[in-house]
Amino acid sequence: MTTPSQTVGPFFGFALPYADDWALVPEGHPGAVLITGRVLDGAGEPVPDAVLELWTGETGTRGALARGGPGASGFGRCATEPDGSYRFRAAPPAGPYYSLTVFARGLLRQVLTRIYLEDRPDPLLDSLPPGRRATLIARPDDAGAHRFDVRLQGEGETVFLAF
Amino acid sequence: MTHPPYLSPGYRSTVLRAPSLPPVEMKADPEAAELTSPVFGPTEIGPLDADLTAGRPGEPIGERIIVTGRIVDSGGRPVPGTLVEIWQANAAGRYAHQLDRHPAPLDPNFSGAGRCLTDDEGRYRFVTIKPGAYPWRNHHNAWRPAHIHFSVFGTAFTERLVTQMYFPGDPLFPYDPIFCSVPGQEARDRLVAAFDLDVTEPEWALGYRFDVVLGHTPMEDR
Ligand SMILES: [Fe+2]
Repeated sequence: MTTPSQTVGPFFGFALPYADDWALVPEGHPGAVLITGRVLDGAGEPVPDAVLELWTGETGTRGALARGGPGASGFGRCATEPDGSYRFRAAPPAGPYYSLTVFARGLLRQVLTRIYLEDRPDPLLDSLPPGRRATLIARPDDAGAHRFDVRLQGEGETVFLAF
Repeated sequence: MTHPPYLSPGYRSTVLRAPSLPPVEMKADPEAAELTSPVFGPTEIGPLDADLTAGRPGEPIGERIIVTGRIVDSGGRPVPGTLVEIWQANAAGRYAHQLDRHPAPLDPNFSGAGRCLTDDEGRYRFVTIKPGAYPWRNHHNAWRPAHIHFSVFGTAFTERLVTQMYFPGDPLFPYDPIFCSVPGQEARDRLVAAFDLDVTEPEWALGYRFDVVLGHTPMEDR
């Protein structure tokens, strides 16, 4: 029988983060994608104690834990800042989307979603009403990054997935 | 039912963080990226990373324990080479975290974080110190039962699990809204390690066994 989930709690910060955890590719990696955003709660307030994990769909040649060296890793992790913000620098995803999980104090299980870098025909996107579809699509920002906010609850609530 | 509902009002922080809409059920898609998982290499883990009592000038204070078990998938198959991370409070119930304000002593010889990869049979093993209970501000006189936080990967991103391991017979169980958020006693019992004399090492450390069964998805069994 499956082991039940429990919250990551508020005190993971000395254990789960590691050096360059957010940098799946080194600085200057050709074609690198910068993803930034914030995690927001049901009152629209930032969630300063969440930790996000990004999975591109392929392992790659760079260490997932021990960064260093060239190449790309498929896995990254980023704890949110006091303003709820996070960032990843990654290679483009193997398919049309990144997989993203969010853990936080107050989340008794993680939530699982997808980041699409552009709107496109897609079985999941096409199954959603327009307002909900938009929650899965990153928006380019002025700095050349892709902006993707996670709204855990309420207006503009991000689409979360169950497999 | 296995996992807690997102909204568990006894645990106050869930009220503004629990999604209000049900998750979208995904159609079967063998190409889905979520069905694969990162691979972690043995060279990425240090030899002492699984011994939380090592690496400091002295021995940490507290009851030395061994925590071991197997990581298996929903079919009972062992998951080899998967990353297991743990973190915990020290014997006095204090985390080595700057936001922990509990007025209990820090232990300069204990960081409280460890990690390892499972072996070919899905086994992990940590040496650590039994954590203390600690207070939190969820409600009046709220105390967390002693626990060790676990993070486990598995073979698919959908199997990703973060949970907490508890110790048998803790009198705080019925008062803890996080433990009690798990529906039903049988499922709660799966979070409680078993004391194991075979894991216990004479003249050295008590042994506890905690097996982890990964589901297909974080959202099954709603
Ligand atoms: Fe804890």
